[in-house]
Amino acid sequence: MRRVVITGQGTINALGHDVPSTLAAMREGRCGIADLDLRDVDRLSIRIGAQVKGYDAEALFNRQQIALYDRFTQFTLIAARQALDGAGLIFAGELSARSGVVLGTAGGGVNTWDENYRTVYEEGKNRVHPFVVPKLMNNAAASHVSMEWNLKGPSFSVATACASSNHAMGLAFQLIRSGIADVMVTGGSEAMLSFGGIKAWEGLRVMSKDACRPFSANRNGMVQGEGAAVFVFEDFEHARKRGAEILAEVVGFAMTSDAADIVMPSKQGAARTIAGALKDARLNPSDVAYINAHGTGTAANDKVECAAVADAFGHHADDLMISSTKSMHGHLIGGTGAVELLACIMALRDGVIAPTIGYEEPDPECALDVVPNVAREARVEACLSNAFAFGGFNAVLALRRAP
Amino acid sequence: MTESVRDKVIAIIAEQAVLEPGDVTPEASLADLGIDSLGLVESIFAIEEAFDIQIPFNANAPDQSEFDISSVASIIAAVEGLVAAQKSV
Repeated sequence: MRRVVITGQGTINALGHDVPSTLAAMREGRCGIADLDLRDVDRLSIRIGAQVKGYDAEALFNRQQIALYDRFTQFTLIAARQALDGAGLIFAGELSARSGVVLGTAGGGVNTWDENYRTVYEEGKNRVHPFVVPKLMNNAAASHVSMEWNLKGPSFSVATACASSNHAMGLAFQLIRSGIADVMVTGGSEAMLSFGGIKAWEGLRVMSKDACRPFSANRNGMVQGEGAAVFVFEDFEHARKRGAEILAEVVGFAMTSDAADIVMPSKQGAARTIAGALKDARLNPSDVAYINAHGTGTAANDKVECAAVADAFGHHADDLMISSTKSMHGHLIGGTGAVELLACIMALRDGVIAPTIGYEEPDPECALDVVPNVAREARVEACLSNAFAFGGFNAVLALRRAP
Repeated sequence: MTESVRDKVIAIIAEQAVLEPGDVTPEASLADLGIDSLGLVESIFAIEEAFDIQIPFNANAPDQSEFDISSVASIIAAVEGLVAAQKSV
C-alpha cells in the first residue's frame, strides 16, 4: 500500500486568516470566541461564537463570484488557495485526472438558506435569486475547488455532522493509499453562524452562554465557530520525487458507527474507533504522545471521550496529552476536524501542543492530561485526531512526523 | 417611459456582461456579449426585480419560451410588452 503525506495546508477561522496566525493563536492560548455580531442577535439566547472577524469578501472575490459563493464556499476557497500555493502543484494531464477533492461540511450554504427563507417567509417575496440552489448545495465548495484547480479525479462532499471533515480526510487518505488517486485536496468548512443556524442549536440546549471549557468540571456546553481548513494529501513517492516539503504523514484512519443513539456519544464506539485507527496505522498505543480531542465542552462528550481514551490506551492514557482546541476556535461542526488537524501538524512538526483553554476545575471523570490553559513543548512522533458526531458516526485519523 | 425600460434593461445586461452600457448594441445576442446560461437567468431575475414583472422563461427550452431572448432588442421589446401589460391590468 502507498504512503500518504500532507504537502499543503490552509485555513481561515476565528483565530486567524491563515495557518501562521492560527498556530500563533494556538500557541498563545488565545480565545477566538466573542459576542456574536449578526442580524437579530437580540432574539437569540446564545450570543457568543467564534466568528471570522475582519473579513472582507470583496477584497478576495469579484462580484460574480460573491453572487455564486456562499460564505462556506468562500472560506473553503481561501483555505484551498493557501494549501495549493504551499504545495506548489500544477494540475494538468494525467495528474489532473488522478487528483480530486473531498470536503466535509454539515450544513453547506446555511447563510443562503437563511437569507432566502427570510426573503420568501419574512418579507413575503415570491421571487428568489437564481443561484440559491448552486450556492447552498453541500458540494458547492468542493465543486468550486475542482474548477479553480482543474481537479478531475474522484470528488465529492461528506456530511456526517461533527465528523464530516475527518470522514472527508479519511476517505482522501484511503483514495491515495489504495492507488485510486495521487493527490487529494481535502478538509472541510462550515459557516453556520447565522440567526437560523444558531437558533436551531439553541433548541437542543447544549450550548454554553459564556465559554467553551472542555474537560473542566464547570463546563456548560459547546460554542459554535466558523471557517475552513484545507490540506493537500499526496502519494509519498509523488511528493518525494518532486522534492515537496512534507508537513506530516497520514498513517491511519478508522470509522465506525455506534448504531445506538442520535445524539448521545458511546464510549464503546469511540474506543473502538481509536483502537481501529491505531491498528490501521500499525502504531502501538505508546507511540502516541498527543490526541486532538473531539472535546466539545458538553457534559456528555468530554467524559465519554476520556473514558474511551482510557479504554483504548490502557495505562498509556496517563502518559499522553489530550487537548481540545475548540476552546479557542469554537466548534466548526462539519469543518472542525480540519481546523483541528492544524494543531496535530503543529504538534508533530513544531513540537508544540496546543492547550485546552478555559480550564478551571478538574473533573474526576476527565482525569487525563488535558494540557490546561498553556501550550506545551513536547516531541511527538505520532498523534490522533478524534471526531465523534451526532448520529453515532465516529472518525479518527492517525498522523506521524514527516518521513 | 419606453426609453427608461430600454436604458434599464441595457444597464442590467451591461452589468452582467461587465461592459459599458454604450457597448451593448441592440442587435447583439447575450452570447455575443459573453453572458452564459447562469448569467442569462441572473439577468432575467434582475429584470424581474427591476420592473416587478414575471418573465415567462424556462431555461430548459429557451427557444420555445414566449420571452424572446435572441437579441438585446428582442429582450427590450418583450420587457416593454410585459411592463405595458402590467400597467393595463
